[in-house]
Amino acid sequence: MEKTTVPAIELHGICKYFGKIVANKNVNLTVEKGEILSILGENGSGKTTLMNMIAGIYQPDDGIIFIDGKEAFIHSPKDAFDYKIGMIHQHFKLIDVFSAAENIVLGIKAKGKYDLKAEKVKIREICEKYGFIIDPDKKIYEMSVSEKQTVEIVKVLYRGADILILDEPTAVLTPQETVKLFTVMRAMKEDGKSIVIITHKLNEVMEISDRVAVLRKGESVGSVLTKDTNPEELTALMVGKKVELNIERAEPKDCEDRLIIRDLNCRNREGSKVISNVTFTARSGEIFGIAGIAGSGQRELLESIAGLQKLESGEILYNDPNSGKQENLRNKTPMQIRHLGVRLSFVPEDRLGMGLVGNMDIIDNVMLRSYRKGHSAFLRRKEPKTLAEKIIHDLEVVTPDAKTPVRRLSGGNVQKVLVGREIASAPKVLMVAYPVRGLDINSSYTIYNLLNEQKESGASIIFVGEDLDVLIALCDRIMVICGGKVTGIVDARNTTKEEIGLLMTQTGGEEQ
Amino acid sequence: MDIAKFASFITQAIIIGIPLLYGATGEMITEKSGNLNLGIPGIMYVGGISGVLGGYFWETYGDKTNGFMCILIPMICSLVASAAMAFIYSFLTITLRANQNVTGLVLTTFGMGLGSFIGGSLSTILDSGATVSLNATGAFFKTTLPFASKLGLFGKTFLSFGFLAYLAIIIAIVSAFILRKTRVGLNLKAVGENPATADAAGINVTRYKYAATCIGGAIAGLGGLYYVMDFIGGTWSNGGFGDRGWLAIAIVIFCLWKPDLGILGSVLFGGLYIVYMYIDDLPRASQEIFKMLPYLVTILVLILISVRKKRENQPPASLGVSYFREER
Amino acid sequence: MSHVAPHSEPLVRLSKRDVMPAWQGILVRIIGVLLGVALSSLFIVLVTDLNPAEVFTSLFDGCFGSPRRIWNLFQNTAILLCIALAVTPAYKMKFWNIGAEGQVLMGAAATAACMIYFGNGINQWLLIPIMVISSLFAGMVWGMIPAFFKAHFNTNETLFTLMMNYVATQIVAFLITYWENPKGSNSVGVINASTKAGWLPYLFDKQYLINIIIVVALTAVMYVYLKYSKHGYEISVVGESENTARYIGINVKKVILRTMALSGALCGLAGLLLVSGTTHTISTNTAGGRGFTAILVSWLAKFNPAVMMLTSFLIVFFERGAAQIATNFRMNESLADIITGIILFFIIGSEFFLNYKLNFRHKHKEEA
Repeated sequence: MEKTTVPAIELHGICKYFGKIVANKNVNLTVEKGEILSILGENGSGKTTLMNMIAGIYQPDDGIIFIDGKEAFIHSPKDAFDYKIGMIHQHFKLIDVFSAAENIVLGIKAKGKYDLKAEKVKIREICEKYGFIIDPDKKIYEMSVSEKQTVEIVKVLYRGADILILDEPTAVLTPQETVKLFTVMRAMKEDGKSIVIITHKLNEVMEISDRVAVLRKGESVGSVLTKDTNPEELTALMVGKKVELNIERAEPKDCEDRLIIRDLNCRNREGSKVISNVTFTARSGEIFGIAGIAGSGQRELLESIAGLQKLESGEILYNDPNSGKQENLRNKTPMQIRHLGVRLSFVPEDRLGMGLVGNMDIIDNVMLRSYRKGHSAFLRRKEPKTLAEKIIHDLEVVTPDAKTPVRRLSGGNVQKVLVGREIASAPKVLMVAYPVRGLDINSSYTIYNLLNEQKESGASIIFVGEDLDVLIALCDRIMVICGGKVTGIVDARNTTKEEIGLLMTQTGGEEQ
Repeated sequence: MDIAKFASFITQAIIIGIPLLYGATGEMITEKSGNLNLGIPGIMYVGGISGVLGGYFWETYGDKTNGFMCILIPMICSLVASAAMAFIYSFLTITLRANQNVTGLVLTTFGMGLGSFIGGSLSTILDSGATVSLNATGAFFKTTLPFASKLGLFGKTFLSFGFLAYLAIIIAIVSAFILRKTRVGLNLKAVGENPATADAAGINVTRYKYAATCIGGAIAGLGGLYYVMDFIGGTWSNGGFGDRGWLAIAIVIFCLWKPDLGILGSVLFGGLYIVYMYIDDLPRASQEIFKMLPYLVTILVLILISVRKKRENQPPASLGVSYFREER
Repeated sequence: MSHVAPHSEPLVRLSKRDVMPAWQGILVRIIGVLLGVALSSLFIVLVTDLNPAEVFTSLFDGCFGSPRRIWNLFQNTAILLCIALAVTPAYKMKFWNIGAEGQVLMGAAATAACMIYFGNGINQWLLIPIMVISSLFAGMVWGMIPAFFKAHFNTNETLFTLMMNYVATQIVAFLITYWENPKGSNSVGVINASTKAGWLPYLFDKQYLINIIIVVALTAVMYVYLKYSKHGYEISVVGESENTARYIGINVKKVILRTMALSGALCGLAGLLLVSGTTHTISTNTAGGRGFTAILVSWLAKFNPAVMMLTSFLIVFFERGAAQIATNFRMNESLADIITGIILFFIIGSEFFLNYKLNFRHKHKEEA
């Protein structure tokens, strides 16, 4: 690549704010023609926001975008298309009730008759050129995730995009599908297209990209050629300093079998199997980790235990430490589970969409779990208020007061409120899903410490995480799932990232 | 029921159905863009009175015998006024992102008020009691194909209508064609299903919503015009239009947002509206129950589509929600 | 398209507002009302060339000109407020109930039925409780039918409740054919005109006082219910996020049914107040569009019962005042609808400035 050519995209001092939150600050970035550039960064480092500004979804509050060396104003996705930029979003922008072909040709302004048949021929040509496989007549709602992604990519190519931006394209793919995607990406590069891939997976960065640009906390911290770097250096760039996780881990003591999961099977609303034959036992006084690539059935598994999913078969047995009785929680509602006296707490992945109510203040959110107490028809806000103030004080929640809607707090503080509420009831089983996602280091450690405290006080903790370093440092045992199946349960003290990584991508057995 | 009576029933059902068809087609186009315009009854009412107003001025100051102008002037007035009504709705819900239900309901109140105010004032000026009569204009609107009456029962049943009746059917068929077979239709449906996606695909969501709502309003307004000019024959009386606007909205649901089905639906609803007159010795009480039927079958359809959950038959997914690109 | 036309920066860019100080919010709304009033007076002056000052004197005259007018003003406010209170829990739950019109009519029909069939047989002190129970029950059933389908099949409640209005209208029309008095008049006439059986009592000889007292009490109860009761809290949670509601074990279906039962029942009560406390007759027009206007009252007040007293008063004030203008200057009575319409358009439009911020290009550059 010669340095004399004009870069395809050049960003100068791009800033973007959402209210008081800084999403991007002074970002400089170049994308050369015909290269595959990885944008690497942790969750919440502003990768997607930055790319959305190139794709016309957002507009920068400050800074200049140059396309082909000329200043460009991209106010809408249509403008982006005019600059031959196409973005494949993480949440696909497809119309469910339309067919693949209809989605691909959507919004194109072309002279002449609208002839879907002729369009389908053109679509097939593109597919053959790069090696895609899609059925143009299939409706989107009948498609698998990877098929939908293919439609998105074809859609962008169909519009003649020369610059493709892919936002975490592999997060939802199986390893085989990822391999296919990478093959296609290389074919597109051969064809002279520039490709930007947003990711936080280092192995993919090393495998596919020519160059890596790293973002940290909304700012660009530099770019390196892939062949001149290694995962360790990239990690250091990404997190700022070398991470030595100093999580204290006590030896589990007085372990009893608290939650016994046997042959759990569950299908999602579309009818495909999301959990198959999952069996494990979570013990008191230990942290039981669950690892796997996103969407491997983690959410459904936790929701099944919490009584939010309909199960096909299997058993969820809870050993009550007080009464010594065993209860089957299968297909019970959250209410029924509570009435059995099961002290189960759950910090879901979707904090503001499930765990909390964004428009309510901290007190009312803290009250969610306890408001039913007592026979009165009226609420008692006194205890929740005390608890809210205790959480704010103990967990150092940054907020004007307890009457602030949680929607206006930052991600870390939202999570502290949620975790604070969930551990307030002294749970016997505590399930947490991605509890430190989007949190800064300090907040993350606050959460780790809280989990450890709970562990030492005898709770059984189920921890779903994505960062393998954290899982290995914090958990006692780690179960790895892949495609809804358990591929292994390892001892966290005697395992390696490589071993877990291998299990995570091991697709054993038949496809469902 | 003998054949002649049945034929006359069909004719009447079509005549009653035509204003409903205009309203339903207009509302379908509007709803396809994701706008639930509950102002349609008000728009149709205004569409009627503005035609009357135009006709009145032309009959008073223009050439009463010029049939072309007698039709053209009221039509233009009706189209412009109802599009303007729909524009108010569009501005409030699309640009100012106001709640669609609330805005639509106020528009209906406003439109009914405006129509009755103009109608009432006009009849006061004319000193003609509670009605305004434009017989010359009405007669031109009612003009049928000259050979229709010579074609026997068939001609009498299907060809004896004024031109607006055929226009309604043509508009419905053209709308169905546009929605199914053109880029514009595809883009419009995308806007109603998922504006963010349409936006990302480079479709100007705002422009589509405005255009669909205003054109839909104009079409619905013609229903009001047909009602006063052809159906009644050029006589306006306040409130005469009744609940036809709401029936039109019912047809939209009943016909699953498909304008070509709307033709059948409108005739069916028209038939249900008058069937009690064709059943001998039906007590008045049962008549009222018959008038309930259109609403009951609509509710039934609404329940059935939600129970069956067939994706193609659902209301446009973003119906009733305003769109703001930078929503987070 | 190899060459791209340069896209210039637009003049105005929209962004969502975080919060606006309360006084600014009130100011924006006042400006909205004033602009609406200005435009409607322009309309009146244009079509009538009257002096606007004269017109506005009539506006106040229509509302406060005589004790009877004042009573009418408060009576109408009370009824509108009652229906607005009724729809509020549903709206807080984000259940778009536009079927209040029908629910009121059903309550009215049940009341009238009791008055007609039991009016002469039962003691007044027994009759009124029977009327209350049946009107509440009738409204409740009418509200729960769409709620049942919403809860179980997610049937679109806006369209469902809308259709239910016209079914109710036809039921009333059907009943009128049985109840008409005198025969052939197609109207019911004053029910129990001589015995006054089933008429709500005149407190201190004031006909409407009892309606007003009932509605004021209801306002207080609804305020407390929504803000301090467990039910009210559940309604808020379901309205804000059904997912959260399920997560903490709220039975969403039950809450939807219960809330719509309450909403419908209170609409039924409004029907009782209209028939037994106000007109002593029934027609298909008994609700008179209030079921729709009530939605506005509730929505404009951001579902706060205390503020709803103000919004309902304001709407009735403009309606009655405009009606007086129409009478005084011999204009058509529909003038009232036009004027309220215009003013409401402005209030609805002003909400935009509470939620969004306009960023002008020049200002933006300076800040940068």
